[in-house]
Amino acid sequence: MPDRSVRLRVNRAACSGHGLCAELLPEFIALDEWGYPLIADAAVPARLARAARRAVTDCPALALRLTGAG
Amino acid sequence: MTATNRAEIGHPAVPGEPGLPRLLPSRAHAQGVLEPGLDLVAHSRRHGRAGIRGSALIGQVDAAGLTGRGGAAFPVARKLSAVASAGGSPVVVANGAEGEPVSSKDAALLWFAPHLVLDGLQLAAEAVGARTAYLYMHAGRDARGGPDLPSHLHAAMAQRAAAGTDRATVQLIEAPPRFLAGEETALVSLINGGPARPADKQHRPFQRGIGGRPTLVQNVETLAHLALIARHGAAWFRSVGTRTEPGSMLCTIRESDGQVRVAEAALGTPLSWLLRLGDEVQAVLSGGYHGGWLTLTDARRVALCNAELRPAGAIAGAGVLVALPAAHCGLAETASVARSLALESAGQCGPCFNGLPAIAAALAELAQPRPAGRALANLQRWAGLVTGRGACHHPDGTVRFVASALSVFGAEIAVHARGRCTATRSDLFLPVTAPALAESDWR
Amino acid sequence: MGITSSTALWYASRATGVVALVLLTVVVVLGILVSRHGQLPGLPRFATTSLHRSMSLLAVAFTAVHVITAIADPYVSIGIAAAIIPFTSAYKAVWIGLGAVSLDIIVALIVTSLARARIGRRSWRAVHWLAYASWPVALLHSIGSSGDLRSGGLLALTVLCTAAVVGATGWRVASAAIAPGRADRAARALASAEASARLPGHLAPGEASAAGGRPLTQAGAR
Repeated sequence: MPDRSVRLRVNRAACSGHGLCAELLPEFIALDEWGYPLIADAAVPARLARAARRAVTDCPALALRLTGAG
Repeated sequence: MTATNRAEIGHPAVPGEPGLPRLLPSRAHAQGVLEPGLDLVAHSRRHGRAGIRGSALIGQVDAAGLTGRGGAAFPVARKLSAVASAGGSPVVVANGAEGEPVSSKDAALLWFAPHLVLDGLQLAAEAVGARTAYLYMHAGRDARGGPDLPSHLHAAMAQRAAAGTDRATVQLIEAPPRFLAGEETALVSLINGGPARPADKQHRPFQRGIGGRPTLVQNVETLAHLALIARHGAAWFRSVGTRTEPGSMLCTIRESDGQVRVAEAALGTPLSWLLRLGDEVQAVLSGGYHGGWLTLTDARRVALCNAELRPAGAIAGAGVLVALPAAHCGLAETASVARSLALESAGQCGPCFNGLPAIAAALAELAQPRPAGRALANLQRWAGLVTGRGACHHPDGTVRFVASALSVFGAEIAVHARGRCTATRSDLFLPVTAPALAESDWR
Repeated sequence: MGITSSTALWYASRATGVVALVLLTVVVVLGILVSRHGQLPGLPRFATTSLHRSMSLLAVAFTAVHVITAIADPYVSIGIAAAIIPFTSAYKAVWIGLGAVSLDIIVALIVTSLARARIGRRSWRAVHWLAYASWPVALLHSIGSSGDLRSGGLLALTVLCTAAVVGATGWRVASAAIAPGRADRAARALASAEASARLPGHLAPGEASAAGGRPLTQAGAR
């Protein structure tokens, strides 16, 4: 079965380390020592879906996207 | 590519191995330089006509199990099918930009068998329905007066134009001398008018590449093998090599005395048949600067195939094999290469352009004959932090190279911590590229 | 200094115009702050982007009222078309025209920002550069269309807004000038990593390391 889980993916070349995503999704995204996102390699839990969509919209570099259903 | 290179090409890797070489000229050199492969008539006489075409060719390539010879070893038939079924008006690229300073097999192939590569390019174009093709390669002109590859290929293309054999138009594109210039998406970016920097993998070239069209990118050696499969079929291709890694591959071999040659070997050939592995050798690098180090013991034991190289911490990659002399310091060599790899970062992804320099600096500390404090612990942490967090595999490959060094040269780390070094030479054995600091260096 | 007799609509248009200009100033400064990875003190970064977005919508709202009241006002003949198509107004063609230019740019900014995910990063960025043009055009429009800003408290306000935008833009340009481009970043990071490792004779960016090695203090025998 293809993976239909909702995942948060970052365009690494576009990401410039603003860090909004980590503020909006502290349970799911951490920042490394250089300010770049460490995103959990798991499906986005339903309760975080709204925050995840907001992170995608708010990222100043438009570097985030949600894959899968939803 | 040095004069030594050219003089020793065509020498079969294993004397008496039947069916080899396939790609390189078969006659041994008389003296000095072999003839560059500009004789279209001789080419046709040697190889014959390509009878297997179109979707039948894709079928044979699939049955043959041909994988990419650019280092990633992706199944070629899968790429061909994907582009063929992508619709639109596809484009095909022959990728000869090997990028690695220690690799010259693509240059050698383009010099000695340009028509085989160009045949493969035309056959691949036909199979996927492309009328537009590109040949992407480094200029090849260096300070040492290496061969002028672009002129050479232009001459080959002119011969074919005169013969009227080709259906797809071929344009030659010069790639900047960057390590990452041959990366698929970097290649697409350059041909699209931008810098040769890798792009995010959301859209792969086979879906949206040059001019937004489905693009097939294949290493020049891969296309040469494809051209031969079109003549001799899958069973012939599989008649050398191993069951899971069939066929032959070109290798750039750098012996411990500094001699370099390009040779063709069957997959599964023991490394000891390809390199002199006496006690003057300290370790062997397999797979280039994104590959891995092997201890001398392992090198003497393993064969040229991923099935044996990967468990030993290395890869077959694009066939780079380097025997490091015992007189040199393995840590200093690794530090020097890591430094150049850091400077070859495209500067796009934070974990890469921050992490690789940090790793390089820590290695430079370990390369000094004195206790290195937290350098080793930091290295482990940074290696974990950069892997998989770039738009391309530059950080991953660099980490593989560094991690294998920490393992293979582990004893040397302990020696340095006691203020000593086992090396007897302070110059560096491995060649590295000069740093590129201007934006124009990427175009 | 008296204000010449005018209708309530004319007053409303001028008042909302001033507010729109101030809001536009705030939006531009916040936008520059975000682009420089900056933060408003005490607030998380997402608050800064939220504020930038909500202020821009507020600025559009005030601009809309400003435009509508100006069109509706019988004292000056500014048609609907003149509000959008630059330099077609019967009244003060140039100055109103500049207002139309500014309005067009702002509409383009808002529309592309709302559709950001759909049009892609590159197209969005290309249009968003126009934001730097929208403010000076709006300022010129404001100064030329009525005499309000040329004296008293409103002049002081105008000077303040101009200082804010010029200062923020200057900061933006300066940081961009000293920031390393992609071709430079790894070399800079390397120089700083080597410096902090306090390596003896560490190489500065730009020096190839291929030739020559590092000195051995004690070479052991094999």
